[in-house]
Amino acid sequence: MIEFRSVTKRFADGTVAVDNFNLVLPSRKTTVLVGTSGSGKTTLLRMINRMVDPTSGTVEIDGADIGTLEPVKLRRGIGYVMQNSGLLPHRKVIDNVATVPMLRGLTRKKAREDALLLLDTVGLDRSLADRYPSQLSGGQQQRVGVARGLAVNPNILLMDEPFGAVDPIVRAELQQELLRLQRELDKTVVFVTHDIDEAFLLGDQVAILRTGGKIAQVGTPAEILANPADEFVATFVGAERGKRSLHLENHGHGDVLVDGDGRLAGVLVGAPTTQDKAGPASGPGASAPGVEPR
Amino acid sequence: MNFFLDALNWLVDPANHVGDGAIGIRVVQHLGFTAVTLVFASVIAIPIGFLIGHTGRGRGLAVAVSGALRAIPTLGLLTIVALWVGIGLDAPYVALTVLAIPPILAGAYTGFQAIDRTTVDAARAVGMSERQIVRLVEMPLGLPLLIGGLRSATLQIVATATLAAYVADFGLGRFLFTGLKTRDYGEMLGGSILVILLALALEGAFALVRILVVPRGVTAGRPTDIRVRSKGLTR
Repeated sequence: MIEFRSVTKRFADGTVAVDNFNLVLPSRKTTVLVGTSGSGKTTLLRMINRMVDPTSGTVEIDGADIGTLEPVKLRRGIGYVMQNSGLLPHRKVIDNVATVPMLRGLTRKKAREDALLLLDTVGLDRSLADRYPSQLSGGQQQRVGVARGLAVNPNILLMDEPFGAVDPIVRAELQQELLRLQRELDKTVVFVTHDIDEAFLLGDQVAILRTGGKIAQVGTPAEILANPADEFVATFVGAERGKRSLHLENHGHGDVLVDGDGRLAGVLVGAPTTQDKAGPASGPGASAPGVEPR
Repeated sequence: MNFFLDALNWLVDPANHVGDGAIGIRVVQHLGFTAVTLVFASVIAIPIGFLIGHTGRGRGLAVAVSGALRAIPTLGLLTIVALWVGIGLDAPYVALTVLAIPPILAGAYTGFQAIDRTTVDAARAVGMSERQIVRLVEMPLGLPLLIGGLRSATLQIVATATLAAYVADFGLGRFLFTGLKTRDYGEMLGGSILVILLALALEGAFALVRILVVPRGVTAGRPTDIRVRSKGLTR
């Protein structure tokens, strides 16, 4: 469990990135911090591995104040995946994955063996192990980034807009992979994004942030969609624009779902048709593919 | 053209290949002097450059000091130091080390600063200590620019080291000073040719070193490298 207690971050230039922030991130669940740029979401994420230290307040992991822990040691126990993969360009894929385990004292041989297994885990062909990052596609690089994040078998995985720089098709693929991984590995995932669709898809708990690191609303995707706390949230999730308020229309050939702008959104199928497609209880296959917006 | 013939004659004259002032000996002296000066300057400039590059602090100061050092006329500095410490090699070592510091310093810190900040940030975020970041990330990735700095420093030293002969019986500069004094322009030009050849040889050596030290991953996948690039796209 990760807990933010009255956390404030004021940067040297006076900008308040995060203001009196309180949030509990439950273990083995995915918490998504979502907000526009300037909402302090990345700052919050980076406080968990002490890449940023709060000006006041504490961040606790399983009840221990991480301010008392040595940053380098703490970071080696937490997986970190960033937007542009952040791989070391002069090291082969396999060595990038093996880097942190070797820093932790594993032999090169053992670390490389583990790394190969991790490539399997994230769905990368082992033939790519001896390539350099620049020889991979963006999606492949992100997979390597995820493998590196998992390399020390951390309980916590921090993901800072990891799929922000890949094209929509690859992004959708990576999102599904992450859902699969999360089912298999059961990590405490903290995920930062500005894409509300991604947040609802991946998050067990979603925290919508407004400028200055203030929470606009926290809850499951279903709770937020059903009951937006205020106009800001409603606008952010797109309910106001009608993107998510779907209704049935009959076009003669059968019923179709249409959004508030009159655009076709999908069809209604016989599966359980709650809008709670990414809620905590949803297992594999529980989502109704037809009702996804767009 | 006569000068060139004189120079060639001088270069092949067996009389110039024997004794203490033999061409071979002078070339070795010149090279040795260049190497030692390069080591002196590197020992001073590289750690400072790495520190500036890693912390991002003191760059303005480094630029100012480098500029000031560059502006010092080497011959003037050599003369002053020689008046102070006397005839011999000490003064040339000092003067040429001062000459060589700015390019090496610049190579060291620009090498670090040219690295993508997200790469360094990621290395820190996954748990590398500052030392490990310098050793495992910044040094290998900054090496090509550092080598560039060493290369330009070497060329400056090898050319300017002729001045060492001004205060010592040393190196290829001796031929220039003697030739000038005795109006033996063949000897002067011959000496110059030797300096030029030495500079070209070192330039070639550095070009080779640079190819060898650039991390493969940095060049692999670059659009210019068509073979590797297309291989990278096969999956």
